[in-house]
Amino acid sequence: MTMTVAQSVITIAAVVLGTMTTRFLPFLVFPEGREPPAFIRYLGAVLPYAVIGLLLVYCLKDAVFTSYHALPELIAIAATAALQRWKKNMLLSLFAGTALYMLLVQTCFA
Amino acid sequence: MKKKAFRAALPYSLPICIGFLFIAMSYGFLMRSRGFSVFYPMAMSAFIFAGSMEFVAVELLLSAYAPLHAFLLTLMVNARHLFYGISMLEKYKGMGWKKPYLIFGMCDETFSINCTVTPPEDVDRGWFMFFVTLLNQVYWVAGATLGALLGSVLHFDTTGIEFVMTALFTVMFVNQWEEAKDHRPALTGLGCAALCLAVFGSDGFMLPAMALIIVCFLVSSKTQKKEEPAL
Repeated sequence: MTMTVAQSVITIAAVVLGTMTTRFLPFLVFPEGREPPAFIRYLGAVLPYAVIGLLLVYCLKDAVFTSYHALPELIAIAATAALQRWKKNMLLSLFAGTALYMLLVQTCFA
Repeated sequence: MKKKAFRAALPYSLPICIGFLFIAMSYGFLMRSRGFSVFYPMAMSAFIFAGSMEFVAVELLLSAYAPLHAFLLTLMVNARHLFYGISMLEKYKGMGWKKPYLIFGMCDETFSINCTVTPPEDVDRGWFMFFVTLLNQVYWVAGATLGALLGSVLHFDTTGIEFVMTALFTVMFVNQWEEAKDHRPALTGLGCAALCLAVFGSDGFMLPAMALIIVCFLVSSKTQKKEEPAL
């Protein structure tokens, strides 16, 4: 370790402050009492849908550029989605999807 | 009231428990192997509580002392949280003392549950969201601490277990898809992110993707106003 304890504590504090800025900023800019502008309310209605899609792509960001081009991920995602649409049981979909993925990457795509 | 909310929240948090324990343990183990005491992963997982940023922070702590750089880098890596906040402005309204904690603990997984799951009618929504947030944080801190303590002792083949997070977002995506009449917002998020990933690569695609999503919604809000003045 090249940093002193104080320096590392300050560095961690800076990361905490950065994270909390991104989490608290919208709530500080648009406090409860005041009605946010129309476009922000519109964003509040549509962003929840867009963000989950964004997160999904975020999960695949590194796999896409490997030699399998996220093929095992896409197979497991398709299976998870199909199972969720069919049985509508979140735990079942998650465990089956993850088990399938583990099987894929430990055998065929190892 | 609390008990009921806890029972409602627990099943949603279980898959995250598995995912978090493994990812946080590997994080705790990584910190130990780089020569940090167990207090570092413990404190960092509790106070930063943003998975990807904690891994980045390991590198920050090992390079030259530059707190401003650390702060700015964090803003960029975690910029997606701004979207979570805007999405939750309405849902976190009127939560009283729970609100600061709900915002503090809003990691990707907690956000995806609190944003998409409507608890049963007889369950208090505030306590439900509180327990989702708290349970997820407990798993994460416990995992990081355990990993730091036992990481060198345990060894098992868990290759691929981290996919549980991807599966979680997939399930949330499907649930939202079936709930929504208009699929354009979901497709906008997916499409803009995929496009920017292809153009900018994995390290720099999040900010352009977020900007592109805002631009798309700016355009759609303008055109929709003409179609249906109600929105």
